[in-house]
Amino acid sequence: MTDRYFPDLMPSPGISRESLPWWEAALEGRLVVQSCTACKAERHPPAPCCNRCGSYDQGVRDTAGTGVVYTFTVVHKPLIPGMPEPYVVASIELDGTEGLRVVSNLVEIDPSEVRIGLEVEVVFEHMSEELVVPRFRPKS
Amino acid sequence: MSDRARQACIVGIGETRYAKWGGITDASERGLACQAVAKAAADAGLAVADIDGVGSFADDRNLGVLIARDLGMRELRYAGMSWLPGGGGACGALGSAARAVEAGHAEAVVVYRSLCQGQHFRFGSAAASYGQLEKPGFHQASNLLEAEMAFSLPFGMFSAPIAYAMVMQRHMHLYGTTSEQMGAVAVATRAHAQRNARAVMHGRPMTLEDHQASRLVAEPFRLFDCCLENDGACAVIVSTAERARDLGQPVIRIAAHAEGAPGQYGWGPFLDTNGSDELYAGGGASVVAREMWKHADLSPSDVDVAQIYDHFTGLVLLVLEAFGFCEVGESGPFAASGALAWPNGALPNNTHGGSLSEAYMHGMNHINEGVRQLRGTSTSQVEDARTCLVTSAAGVPTSAALLVKD
Repeated sequence: MTDRYFPDLMPSPGISRESLPWWEAALEGRLVVQSCTACKAERHPPAPCCNRCGSYDQGVRDTAGTGVVYTFTVVHKPLIPGMPEPYVVASIELDGTEGLRVVSNLVEIDPSEVRIGLEVEVVFEHMSEELVVPRFRPKS
Repeated sequence: MSDRARQACIVGIGETRYAKWGGITDASERGLACQAVAKAAADAGLAVADIDGVGSFADDRNLGVLIARDLGMRELRYAGMSWLPGGGGACGALGSAARAVEAGHAEAVVVYRSLCQGQHFRFGSAAASYGQLEKPGFHQASNLLEAEMAFSLPFGMFSAPIAYAMVMQRHMHLYGTTSEQMGAVAVATRAHAQRNARAVMHGRPMTLEDHQASRLVAEPFRLFDCCLENDGACAVIVSTAERARDLGQPVIRIAAHAEGAPGQYGWGPFLDTNGSDELYAGGGASVVAREMWKHADLSPSDVDVAQIYDHFTGLVLLVLEAFGFCEVGESGPFAASGALAWPNGALPNNTHGGSLSEAYMHGMNHINEGVRQLRGTSTSQVEDARTCLVTSAAGVPTSAALLVKD
């Protein structure tokens, strides 16, 4: 069991055929990106078909789980009781991908210390037995 | 190119009173829509029954086919909904109306927006409508937008200020743009609102010090970088040049319009933060700017006054760059030089007070103000204004129109 950072009442992901594999991987402690089985093109968020070769045969592949902060914001008025105040939303450019970025949070850091270019690593927050949410902390 | 006699013109504008969020309780949103349309018809010298087209954008709650029935329109020949999301679509809906009248599919099309947000969910606040469960888990997305928000909402990216704060943070990182420079947008706009009795912020002046002292919402945005939330309604009527000449108002041509987004922009940074710096930190308005100028036979130096959609101060800066009023990265100093302030700025902007200080009507009031400027009836009138740029929200697929008085 890892630490908890955000409260139970955070919005749940609305699952689609395209997004489910990403969340299933998170449940297993893997940070993935969608990858085209035919041409290996990658994307995030996931889509029904490849915007490069047109194939509908889409899978996922594991990433290293590390990246750099592309941009971020420190949010000062949480909408949901129990959220950290302030909290950080960031776009993380994932190492070893085609420059793909994921929106997530930065945790285990003073929000005033966050900078663009900061090196980070994924940490999986177990919200429940069926939902695990990837967030990021400074690289150790 | 269409027949000049059928070239699209704005013949009427109307609006109800504007009030703070939840401030209108004696009318429904549907009723306000009807009032605004009726006022625009009266302004044009048209009978409401003569309007034969309706247009809107971003999944308007106030269905055009019902508004047409409510108002007794004799027949409906055009009913267009723009797929441009959020505040990106006001000029797109105007452009679609223009195409409809120019092609002869309608004679008088009304485009409108009505907002009584106290009676409905808050536009742009995704968390209010999607996905809270008793226990952390999954739920089935009911549409594409909700499916895409699976990658933003669980991380607390709940609302537009958060998404666009991240865009501006990148712009600041790349070009050294500052909070004070964004403040110059807010201060100029607020000053214009002091001259406009319709403005919700009339009687509440603001200095740059006030801006800097306002609370942080999502860094770098402070409260006074963010637009208002309002109740009210606003409408414009588009008809042909031939008809416009027979009606009572000065003839204001929709000289050019454009809508769209760069490839891979999707819904924009609210849902997706990929793309080059140019794409992500540029607000995505470059394609619309290029297309609009291509159809205009005019250039930025010909523009006398602008109404640039101001959901956030910083996004105004990005649009100034996209439309070529300054170089990429130079918009902060441009704004701080006083360029946007009436009467002496190089490009007086949002002379009604904009979404920051007149009213948040998803940009429809920006079109109305553009028309007023060219009629010579603005409360912050630019002398002999003949050309006005109006834009809709950047940061989503967006739209723009160039209004010209012959």
